[in-house]
Order: sequence, then structure tokens, then C-alpha cells
Amino acid sequence: MKQFAELFMNLDRTNKTNAKVELLKQYFLTASDEDKIWALTLFTGRRPSFKVNRTMVKEWAAQEANIPMWLFQESYHSVGDLGETISLLLPKNQTFDSDKTLTDWFHYLGMLPGMTDEEKRDHIIQAWMQLSQHETFVFNKLLMGSFRIGVSQTLVVRALAEATEIDSNVIAHRVMGQWDPADTTFEKLILDKGENDNASRPYPFFLAYAIEGTVADLGQPEDWFAEWKWDGIRSQIIYRNNELFIWTRGEELSTEKFPELHFLADVLPNGTVLDGEIVTYQDDRPMPFNVLQTRIGRKNLSKKVLEEAPVAFLAYDILEANGVDVRSHSQQQRRAELEALHAQMPAQRIFNLSPLIDFKEWEELANLHSLSREQNAEGFMIKRKASTYQVGRKKGDWWKWKIDPLSVDAVLIYAQKGSGRRAELFTDYTFAVWGEDGKLVPFAKAYSGLTDQEIGQVDYFIKRNVLEKFGPVRTVKPELVFEIGFEGINESTRHKSGIAVRFPRILRWRKDKKAEEADTLENLKGILEMYK
Amino acid sequence: MPSQPLLQFTGKSIYCSVADAHIDPWIPVDKAIITHAHSDHARWGSKHYLAHKDSEPILRLRLGQDISLQTVEYGEKFVINGVTFSLYPAGHIIGSAQIRVEHKGEVWVASGDYKLEDDHFAVPYEPVKCNVFITESTFGLPIYKWQPQHEVMSEIDTWFAQNKAEGKASVLMGYSLGKMQRILKNIQLPDEPIYAHGAIYTLNDRLRQAGFDLPELTLVTKETDRKLFRGALVLAPPSVDSSTWIKKFNPYSLGYCSGWMALRGAKNRRAVDQGFVLSDHVDWPDLNRAVKETGAEKVFVTHGYTSIFSRWLNENGIEAGEVHTMYGNEDENEEEEVVQDAAVASESYEQHKAKLDDEIENTSKEKSPTGDLGVEGGREL
Repeated sequence: MKQFAELFMNLDRTNKTNAKVELLKQYFLTASDEDKIWALTLFTGRRPSFKVNRTMVKEWAAQEANIPMWLFQESYHSVGDLGETISLLLPKNQTFDSDKTLTDWFHYLGMLPGMTDEEKRDHIIQAWMQLSQHETFVFNKLLMGSFRIGVSQTLVVRALAEATEIDSNVIAHRVMGQWDPADTTFEKLILDKGENDNASRPYPFFLAYAIEGTVADLGQPEDWFAEWKWDGIRSQIIYRNNELFIWTRGEELSTEKFPELHFLADVLPNGTVLDGEIVTYQDDRPMPFNVLQTRIGRKNLSKKVLEEAPVAFLAYDILEANGVDVRSHSQQQRRAELEALHAQMPAQRIFNLSPLIDFKEWEELANLHSLSREQNAEGFMIKRKASTYQVGRKKGDWWKWKIDPLSVDAVLIYAQKGSGRRAELFTDYTFAVWGEDGKLVPFAKAYSGLTDQEIGQVDYFIKRNVLEKFGPVRTVKPELVFEIGFEGINESTRHKSGIAVRFPRILRWRKDKKAEEADTLENLKGILEMYK
Repeated sequence: MPSQPLLQFTGKSIYCSVADAHIDPWIPVDKAIITHAHSDHARWGSKHYLAHKDSEPILRLRLGQDISLQTVEYGEKFVINGVTFSLYPAGHIIGSAQIRVEHKGEVWVASGDYKLEDDHFAVPYEPVKCNVFITESTFGLPIYKWQPQHEVMSEIDTWFAQNKAEGKASVLMGYSLGKMQRILKNIQLPDEPIYAHGAIYTLNDRLRQAGFDLPELTLVTKETDRKLFRGALVLAPPSVDSSTWIKKFNPYSLGYCSGWMALRGAKNRRAVDQGFVLSDHVDWPDLNRAVKETGAEKVFVTHGYTSIFSRWLNENGIEAGEVHTMYGNEDENEEEEVVQDAAVASESYEQHKAKLDDEIENTSKEKSPTGDLGVEGGREL
């Protein structure tokens, strides 16, 4: 555990990619195979759930620290990270000499699910008493934390590739899909000894960068395909060994969530992997994303939901055909293979092709681009006909050309402290526009879009202009105006404003504007009418 | 009719109306009693100042050579219109004091900023019995619990030794006044020269001239041969990390000494290689201990986590109220300082030094040129 805690703290401390890769590599070269697989579990977001109630853990920690709950909460708001807060509040241990390994701690935590609350409490406090402050922090992360320390899967893959001297594309593929640290080993999974029969394993997605400059810079139009960029869920559909698997880009196995697509198990040839977008689809066109959103989080898909938000799969690539990995074929060739497959399929509306856009000149494409919103698309994907299907986000062959966001000028009215790197700074903002009654109506929360320097300035303003406190939320004197961009807008009964915007973010700080000059709810409703 | 409290929070100082004297006023007044020389407590423009004698060199450097300043020893009593004042060590920085105010048997103590641990440079904190205690709460949350000083200092020693072995400069940032002297008194000093930024160099020089036992520092100038920085210790104020000044030390490791380094978020935001948790303010346990030791029946909580700490005291049977002052910068920026373009500062040093020497020799009536160098100010945006 000491080794892992040290790795964790060191990773956390640096923001240099190469330094992170080096730290991970050293870890993978020196840690035991057992620990490595657990570390990998954490870094790839596969931390098992130990069924502990965060509220109870907070209460236990407050009791141990001998402070009232409100003071615990205040501390938490300042630190911004629950695991860290607890590690700072617990009495300092005089003797912490536990030599349990990372694996040992996972086994220790693995005992929790069967326990009563009382037993869980003792079990966890017992652990806290054996660990140093840093170790307690890492332990808390194992117990219930999100593992956000700026280590992307790509970095882990790079480090593993360097440590094992295996090609990084191969490693990327091996760490994907469904595996459980409890019944695999580092050797099987990464060194691929006996584990290559993993039928559900998806391929790493090829991701695009936003286009730089104009499309004309890409060269000859005839070298490129263009497709609509759909606003749905990027997914891979796998049919192998007579079993269907649907993976989303977040590497979540979501087969059960899309019963409409289960018929594919009866029609796809064995050894097929398709890449495409799951969208809600009606009257031969995709519906807005918020319709899809109504069913994403649900455990039970009622008949009503299935009727109101039916999905379809818009395929745009084929990665495996008849059990053969075809990612090295050209985009053009894969498209032909995909079309040939699709031609044999029934229910072509539910398993549909993402159409190629017909254009001869870039100018033509640019004209069509402005029609994206009407198609419920976010713009175009532009793919080089000669390109292979690559791993992760790569520049050069796939580009996304998104439409400009919609935007309004809004007033900052609430603020809350951030977490992690931004703990102690007010970085989470709520913005409002003017309602008909002359009052500010909140309509969006946004976190990102400001530079560190601007964040500092806004934070400075907020700290001196707090009107009220509600728990961690501060009401701020309505004075600062920001241009808020968003990708989509929809009616909402859940929000006071009656509208919900998608992907709101700060485009810029309008220091030139006074609060009175911000946009009105009427302006927002106007945008809504335009894109309904 | 209830009589007026002995000390009042007027919005421009902590004010004693009977004596017509202000403690740490943030606007110019007639009589200013200064707890310590940090810029958020010792502000410019008052007619007469009174402070502990060890604050004198810095106050004159920062507020002007010609200010009207009366100095006293710790424990020395002086009476203004029947009110007895005396200063007691606060342990925060050199010359820092708690102001004890006594009138008709009632005792108030305004403690300014303080810490309980002996830093081997400032005279250590002494608890003072009082009826009413005015305390800071910069780190008034139970998450703040300092390690013993010697542990932090040995972390610094280890970091420096490792950088030296790797041929890197160790650029150590911290508040010029207080933190840097504390570091110099507690780390293992290298045999080689210790380099310093102008802000720190000037202070150190002044304190040495005033007879304080501090090692000699070497000023970093534009002309300093960069090769000399290899493996050297370089002391710098906290604002240099985003300046071009720091580039000349490449390759270097960047360390930062501050109480805020206790939190990962703050540490990562600072993007330093090494955060050392070292503060000249009381941590949570010491804050509680200090309040208890005064025996005060009422406590006023100023700058920091005022509402939280006063609620905590009230719940624990000590009557407490929160007071808003302009000390500190709410709960951020314990030690931000304005150091104007550091490179320019170094360049203008020679010029400045000449003036400085003149002043000391002639005790000239000319206004000191402190605006250029080593002046710390509250961060104004």
C-alpha cells in the first residue's frame, strides 16, 4: 500500500504527462503482479463497489475526529474531496506500520458487503487506525472515491506498453471490456496468456479532434467522407460466439439498456463489430438528445419510455468482419464492407447507416453545415477515405466540425467552491437571465471556460460580494456578466426557467456589460422556438 | 445605559475610544498601535505609530524612514488617558505582539496574528489572561493540524540535498517577512551562498543591520552567473512562480512553504514540485488551546474562518462573535504579496541599495524608496 500511496501522491502532484507516464511505468515495473492488476482496475475506472453509505462514513469519521457534523461538512466544503477531508480530520496515528499491500486492502474491503452497519463501521475505523494520513486518503479512495487524478486510460496504456514492451494499440485493446480483477491476473490480461477468448472485448474507439482552421485546409474534397455528427451515444455493437454486446464510449456494457437492438443477435454474422451512434429515432430522423436522456439513467424501461423514446443504431464503421479485425482497411473499404452488410439486414430503420453527405466542393459542405441543427446533428464528421481505424484521439484523419454554440449573456448569481485542484476557490457558478417580472431566473450551471487568472479574479469578487449562504452555496451580488454557450436547448418542467440547455459553458467574461444588459428569458425562449 | 466596550470594531480599526487609539488601523489615524509589520496590519499614513522595538526596522523600511514611531519592550506598560497598554509576544514574526488593553479592571487582548510553536527567531508566544480575547482564525478548521517544525525543516533539508545531488537549483518560495527568517533559522544552512530575490534580500539585510542573527544572503541579479545556481538554494517570494525571473534557475525544483499546502487542491493549483506545510498562524488545536489559556469569557473572531470558529466556541461554552476586518484576505491568500516585476526589482537594486545606505548614514528626511522593492501589500485587483 505504501508503494501505491506514493505513486498516487506523486501522480497527483505533477501535471506533466511524461512524468506521469514515467511514474506509472516504474510502478508497473516494480509492483507485484497482484498489485498491478488492482492498480489497473482503479486507473481504468473499474473500482468495485463496496456498498458503503457515504453519509454513514462521514458520520463515523466525524465521531472519530470528535467534531459535530456541521463542522465536518464545513471542512468538507473547504477541502472539496471527501476522502482527503477524512484523512485530515482523523486523529493522527502514532504508529502506522501496516504492511498490507494494495491487494490485501482490496481483500479487506471485499469483506464489507456482507457486514452489518455496525461491523462495517468497526472494519473501516480499524483500517483508518493503521494508516498514515496519505494512506488513509488513498484507502478512502479505494473505499468510495472517484479516482480522478489526471491519469487517462491513454496514459496508463502508454506506461504499460513501455513497461511490458508490447505495442500500445494491443495494450489498449487488452485493457478494454469486461474483466474482473478477482478472476484474472496481470499475466493473463496484459501479457495475454489464455485470455484472448474474451468475446465481449470492444476495440478502443477512434476519436476525432475539432477541426483547426477551415475545411478547405484539409486539401482535396474527393479524399474525404463527410457524415452528420449525431448527438447520441457513441457505441460499439459486438456479436461474437452467438452473443450480443453493446458498449458505450464510457466503456460501459449497456446491452440491456437497448432492447430494440437485441434482434441484431439473430441477424448479424458471428464475429462482427460495428461502430456507430445510438440515437432516439422517430419519423426517419433522430430526436433531440434530451429525449434519449429520459431513458439513459433508468433501470426499468417501461413500455411508455420505449414508445416515447425508441432508439436506433446509426452505423458508420465496421471494425471486425467475420471474426477478422479490419481496422487496418481503409475507411473507404470499411464503408463498402459496412454497406454490404447493411444491405442484407432487416429492420433497416433500427439498424441504419449514417448517411454519407454528397458534396463536390468544400463550399457546398459549408452551406450544408448550417443546416445541422435542423437535422438534430451537431455538425459534421470528416473522415479521410484512405485512413485506417486508429486508437484513441489522433490528429489528421478524423475531424469533427461542430456548429457554433448557441449563446446568451447571463449574470452570475450563485457560486460554490470547486473540488480537487480548485478546492477553496469558487469555481462552480450558476447563471441567470432576466425574467418578465424583472427578476433574475437561474438557467444554467457552468464550471469551465475561464482561465486560471480569470477564476482567481471571479473568486476574489465572489468572496467580497456574498449576499447569503446556503450550505456550500453562496448568493453573489448580481454584477458579473458572462457569455454562456450551449449546444442544445429544450423545454423542461424541472427547471424554474422552463428550459434546459445542453453542455452549458462559459465562452467569455463580458467585462464590458453591466448586469442590466444581460439577456432575458424571452431571448432564451426565442432560441428555443427556433430549434424546436 | 450600557457603557461602551473597551475596544470597538469600527470598520477602520480596532478602536479604543477612551484612549482614542487604534490597533492596526487600515486607514490613516492619529495614534496607531501596530501588532506586527505585515502589510495588512501595518498600513501607511498614520501620524504616530507604536510597536514593539523589533518591528522598527521593517516598519521604517515599509512605511517610511521618517514615520513617527515609538517602540516598547514586551511587558512594558504605557498609559493613555487612564487606559493601560502593554505588548506581549505573539510568536508570529519578528516583533509581533498581542496588545493587552486594561481599563478599570477589565482586560482585552487583541492578538493580531499568532502561532504557539517557537520558531527560533520571533520571541515565542505567551498566553495572556484576559476577559475578552480577539483572535484570528486563518486556519480555523479542524483539517489544519501542523506537523512539528523540525519535521518540515528536515523535509526541506532532504529536498534541497536531493536537488543538489541532481544538479538542480532549489527555489523555495514563502512569505518574505516571517517565513524566510524562520526557514533560515531552522534548516541546515549550506556552505555555499544562499541566493535571494530582492524582496527577501532587502528584508534580510535590514534585519542584519539591526543586529539580528541571520545568515548573509546573495542577491540574484541580472548579472549573476547562472551556473552558480546549479545545486544552490534560492529564496523567493510566492509571486515569482508565474514570472520570467524564475526561468534563469533552470533546471530547478520549486518548493513552497505555506499552511495552505496542507490541502492537495491548493498544492496542485500552485503547481509546485514540493509543498511544505509551514505556517506562522495557529492550527486548529493550538487555536483552541490559545483561547482556553487566556481564560477569556468572551472571544471575538477576526480574519479567517470567523463564522465557523465562533460557532464552534459558542457550542463549547465560550461566548464568541465574528468580526469582519480587512486583515488577511478572507480565507485565501495567507501570503500573497505584490512583488512588482521581479526582474526590474533586481535591476533597480543597486540604485536602491545606494539610497538605502545613504539613508542609514544620514537618517535623511527623504521619503524612503520602499515602493520599488520588497514591499508587500494586500492583493489588490
